[in-house]
Amino acid sequence: MSYLVEATGLVKRFGDFTAVDGVDFGVRPGEAFGFLGPNGAGKSSTMRMIGAVSPVTEGELTVLGRDPAVDGPAIRARLGVVPQEDNLDEELSIYENLVIYGRYFGLPRKVIDPRIDELLDFAQLEERRHSRVEPLSGGMKRRLTIARGLINQPELLLLDEPTTGLDPQARHLLWDRLYRLKQQGVTLIITTHYMDEAEQLCDRLVIMDKGKIAAEGSPRELIDRYSSREVLELRFEVGGQDSYLEELESLASRIEALPDRVLLYTDDADETAAAVHAAGIEPEYTVSRRSTLEDVFLRLTGRRLID
Amino acid sequence: MVLSGALRVTEAGARVYRRTWRASVISTFLNPVLFLLAMGVGLGSLVDEGGGGADLGIPYLTFLAPGLLAATAMQTGAGDASYPVMAGIKWRKTYHAALATPLDVRSLVIGHIGWVTIRLVFVTVVYAAIMTAFGATSVLEGLASVLPGVLTGVAFAAVVTAYTARLERETGLAALFRFGIVPLFLFSGTFFPVSQLPDTIEWFAFVTPLWHGVSLCRSFALGIDPRVAPWISIAYLIFWVALGTWLSIRLFRRRLVL
Repeated sequence: MSYLVEATGLVKRFGDFTAVDGVDFGVRPGEAFGFLGPNGAGKSSTMRMIGAVSPVTEGELTVLGRDPAVDGPAIRARLGVVPQEDNLDEELSIYENLVIYGRYFGLPRKVIDPRIDELLDFAQLEERRHSRVEPLSGGMKRRLTIARGLINQPELLLLDEPTTGLDPQARHLLWDRLYRLKQQGVTLIITTHYMDEAEQLCDRLVIMDKGKIAAEGSPRELIDRYSSREVLELRFEVGGQDSYLEELESLASRIEALPDRVLLYTDDADETAAAVHAAGIEPEYTVSRRSTLEDVFLRLTGRRLID
Repeated sequence: MVLSGALRVTEAGARVYRRTWRASVISTFLNPVLFLLAMGVGLGSLVDEGGGGADLGIPYLTFLAPGLLAATAMQTGAGDASYPVMAGIKWRKTYHAALATPLDVRSLVIGHIGWVTIRLVFVTVVYAAIMTAFGATSVLEGLASVLPGVLTGVAFAAVVTAYTARLERETGLAALFRFGIVPLFLFSGTFFPVSQLPDTIEWFAFVTPLWHGVSLCRSFALGIDPRVAPWISIAYLIFWVALGTWLSIRLFRRRLVL
């Protein structure tokens, strides 16, 4: 299978600091590929190298079959980029932002104008067409940034933390739009530190930590490989959990003691909850749930995604 | 490729200006009126009556006007290359957005300076018109100072763009105007011939690009024999344009392509 983006031993250093430390990955046409990891994991640096705006320090990187060091402009002409920070011109209107960006790609006005109509419809910004950008809500600005990234009808869209800082409603709207793009055949590369986002959107993902890739696979595969089917969460009164840990360990295949609660990894959370109860342990609060990518990340790194 | 990209950046500058012209248009028209009134007419009447006019050989207003055109071009060039560049790099990060498209750093810098050049043509032509309306010069004399005025402004735009590309904070911009642009404005022969200055400072004036701009504008407009051959002043200003552009490209790359 041919890859749209392929990296081998990819390294990015800033002076003495190694942001990306020898990663290998391949993104297939049409899929939604994710980089999941905490802040500082090297996701954005990787993304900027794929976007052909940041030179590769070491290793091999091919984007759309080309070498970013040689064919940067040709690659960028076929990419859409949604950066972590909305770098819109806030003094201008939505429409003007889109026109200027389209012109940067060298598109003629008669191509740009009908495309703007479509994109404003897609981003649900039609009514704000001539509004200045500055007073818009965070969700609207994000949708505009995505619309701007689509002005050149890219084959590959790079989204760096697309929903960070948005409220839940705005996030769901954005997920819906990204899902539609994927159905239209646009390949998506997404970085995120939200495991629910990665589970919702990504066909395949890599978990990054400290510049390295800790694991790779579909969300389901990763959970099957690194976690149990279900998780029982127990919360005790403050300072109360330590005395139970030893006993809890015998009731589950694995436990994880977080500062505020204990996680019990098990195939059947309700059954385990009954066993906990039968053992005479009375937590203040219990939750049974399925395993998530957060559990995978915790297992692999010993840390949570968002501290 | 670089040039067609630069044209698109220049075009974007014009598009942004369409939205923001109101603020600058007032200063474009009002500043020359105020300065020519206060300095040229007000102070000029004292100078001319006090015998200064005889020293200059022409009315003070006529002496002042072409020099002030060069100084205004400097301020416009420096102004458009400072805060807007800082916004592109740091505040709005619109340069980052532009570099995610097929544009490269060279197009970005050259296109930006290209847009400032167009702005300078506009500002100096307006200035020349007002100067003519004041009776300081004839229409042709006024127009003759437009070209050297634009060249002066571009030289400053290029150098100040490079300067701004290195700045982390905007305090450096205030310092640039306070310790660079304002002293140049006052002591580069705009308001009085630098021969009035002590010799050491006079030599310093010859090094500043503004002195050459003022000298060119004055000699082009009034036919006054300059103290330095015009081709030397022109070459000197072009040297600053080239140096500033080259440095800007290098520094933009260091700042934006990480």
